Amino acid sequence: MRFLKTLGYLLALPLILVAIWWASTLGETNFFVPTPALLAEAFAETWFGERIFSDVLPSIGRLVVGVASAIIIGIVAGLLIGSVKWLRDLTEPVLEFFRAIPPPVLVPVLMLLMGITDGMKVAVIISGCVWPVLLNTIEGVRAIDGVLSDSAHTYGIHGWARIKYLVLPSAGPQIMAGIRQCLSIGLILMVISEMFASSSGLGFTIVQFQRSFAIPEMWSGIVVLGLIGVALSFIFQWTERRVLRWYHGLREVENAV
Amino acid sequence: MTQEAVTTNSAAPIPRARKQPAKKLPSKQLLGIAGIIGFLLLWELIPRVGIVEPRFLPPASEVIAALITDFGLTAFWVAVGETMLAWAIGLVMSIVLAVVLGFIIGSSMFLRKFTNSTVEFLRPIPSVALIPLAVLLFGVKIESTLMLVVYASFWQVFIQVLYGVADVDNVAMQTAKSYGLGAMARVRHVVFPTALPYLMTGIRLAASVALILAITAELVIGSPGLGREIALAQSGGAISGMYALVLATGLIGVVINLVMRFIERKTLSWHSSIRSEVIV
Amino acid sequence: MQSETTPGTTPAPAGKTLPGNEAMLSVRNLKKVYKTDGGDIEAVRNLTFDLKAGELACLVGPSGSGKTTLLKCISGLMAPTEGEVLLNGTPVSGPPKKMAVVFQEYGRSLFPWMRVRENVELPLKNQGVPRAERDKLVDDALEAVGLSHVPQSYPWQLSGGMQQRVAIARAVAYQPEVLLMDEPFAAVDAQTRADLEDLIRTVWRKLGVTVLFVTHDIDESVYLGERVIILSSSPTVIQEDLTIDLPDERDQLNTRSLPRFTELRHHVYEQIQLAKQGHRPAAAVQTDSSAGSGAA
Repeated sequence: MRFLKTLGYLLALPLILVAIWWASTLGETNFFVPTPALLAEAFAETWFGERIFSDVLPSIGRLVVGVASAIIIGIVAGLLIGSVKWLRDLTEPVLEFFRAIPPPVLVPVLMLLMGITDGMKVAVIISGCVWPVLLNTIEGVRAIDGVLSDSAHTYGIHGWARIKYLVLPSAGPQIMAGIRQCLSIGLILMVISEMFASSSGLGFTIVQFQRSFAIPEMWSGIVVLGLIGVALSFIFQWTERRVLRWYHGLREVENAV
Repeated sequence: MTQEAVTTNSAAPIPRARKQPAKKLPSKQLLGIAGIIGFLLLWELIPRVGIVEPRFLPPASEVIAALITDFGLTAFWVAVGETMLAWAIGLVMSIVLAVVLGFIIGSSMFLRKFTNSTVEFLRPIPSVALIPLAVLLFGVKIESTLMLVVYASFWQVFIQVLYGVADVDNVAMQTAKSYGLGAMARVRHVVFPTALPYLMTGIRLAASVALILAITAELVIGSPGLGREIALAQSGGAISGMYALVLATGLIGVVINLVMRFIERKTLSWHSSIRSEVIV
Repeated sequence: MQSETTPGTTPAPAGKTLPGNEAMLSVRNLKKVYKTDGGDIEAVRNLTFDLKAGELACLVGPSGSGKTTLLKCISGLMAPTEGEVLLNGTPVSGPPKKMAVVFQEYGRSLFPWMRVRENVELPLKNQGVPRAERDKLVDDALEAVGLSHVPQSYPWQLSGGMQQRVAIARAVAYQPEVLLMDEPFAAVDAQTRADLEDLIRTVWRKLGVTVLFVTHDIDESVYLGERVIILSSSPTVIQEDLTIDLPDERDQLNTRSLPRFTELRHHVYEQIQLAKQGHRPAAAVQTDSSAGSGAA
């Protein structure tokens, strides 16, 4: 019974929306909006074929490489800068400036510096995604509790052990918040770098469909991007809940008081 | 078991002010300035020494000179104006939409559950996926920019408002009811003040997202504004000019961040704790 | 007999000192001055005392008397401005290996991302103690503090008193020679506090560890210690170094109702009041050489 209710809540609105869509495209044919059946057909035709290998997977590959590198660079540099006060003071204004630059303007810049290559697209993703991770890690490291730090110190926990047992977990919630932003910026940059400067990839393909007025195919491309976004968001939430289980528990206890 | 307790009762810890010798404030700012100067020097040296060719990365002095020239040009300020106009209109539209929907959906348990799956599905869709649609519908006009800006900023505000409304204290709500406050009065005196800090956080986040999307739309679609100027400068080989415009977007970003943080602090100065962002 | 000035040093009175190699922990002419933007603050002026191995001494003083500062200097978390701290004759320059500290803020001294058992185990793991030995030490420590039943809980799922027990278990498992406690029970309720006091006595007697227990609670210091070192108000010197001649077996009901307990408490209380009023110990100690008698 409870399961049915949950399922009802989960599906009711999406079904209603699809029904409205279906009903409104029933009578006349709207040039801009295909019928649900037409879209589904276009989706299957367009994406279940060699496009997966020629466009979708390479795009996703660049995204994964870019985001993963940005996360690693951001965390490592953040640990270093966050632990050294003078370094933090020295770099803060410059980093704040870099964070404030809208990441998409990096596309023409890097295009100029590196040419139109896979490396450039990955570099665009890295250089746009690294800031939220970096700045959040710095803040997380800076905010480590003094008593906790003293405790670790008195028990002789130094160096790598200190990073592993104290610094990383303590900055964990902040780092995860940065990674969340990093993921959505990464997806945006993946699409833009391909729209702006490419001859393959998801972004390029979708723009091509739009330019040749292949409307159902264009919509199906939008759906693919949406699905990637949703999938990333689910993977993130799943991971976050496991990594920060302690943090959510702690928050619950604190809020209950 | 207790006798009359003759303890010096207060567990007052020694005042926090007496901690490790604190670095003086000016030295922090001096270091920050040193950092900026160091960065500019590095940027000046890299093309001069030849690590990167100057035609791809002009030295900092050239770019700054180009930026200063830009400051004297009407065309530059027109582009800035166009970008900021799209930013402002888009931001206001998304805030209004998100506040209205957020308060309505947030105050009803049923609506929250009913819309949850749809929200969770729509929110992660990258707004740039809408670029082809925007081009198809509006071409290279400001409406294209607005569509992307509104879609992206809406979620930032909407989600925060939902959290804010959900955070309303039940006791406060019941107290208000028992004193006969009507629905509108309850929203005004109980729900709104509780949700305000969240709303402000949402607006601050939306403000920077809106700038990103405004520039993106101009860059990719070619609607008028700084983004388009950057694309034009790049394809036209005006490299120093392009870097100058990139610097300008960064400066606008910094100004927006500072102004938003300032507004947030001012609006919430009455609030006991300026809330940190909800990690969701 | 309670206090003797160390010859040849400053006129400030000192705590009891021991000849050369008998001391486990020695504090010598310790001085700490904080440099702040608003000028220097002298938190600790001059402290000298020794702890012999296996002793349980309490350090008591009015609020803001630099107790925490002193403890931080002893534990090597902070460098003194002048003077030195010796552990087994070796100067302390960083946190020594054979020393454990229990902080007042139990909620902030345990790792919230580790379960109880992992928290207790971590220092041992970090030292490379072999698995089997580690398990035994952790089991014994948890057993000793009465927490064998919750090893898989997170600290924040436990009450304040239980969390402080975890911190004590961690210190015990670490097998320190010296255990420093910084107002460990200031933030727990009275009933729990009594239990924890008895726990400390039990653990101390079982392990034979040297304990320096900092507190602002006069009753607690007299009940727990074999010796109570009374600090003056800031800038801190030693007001008096007092031997607690209560029987070794102590329990909350009987010990606390002994006339001698009342006398000692009364005496410490008076000294603290004097300290608060700014009486410097040189005078106080000389006119009041014997505890108890002068207190009535």
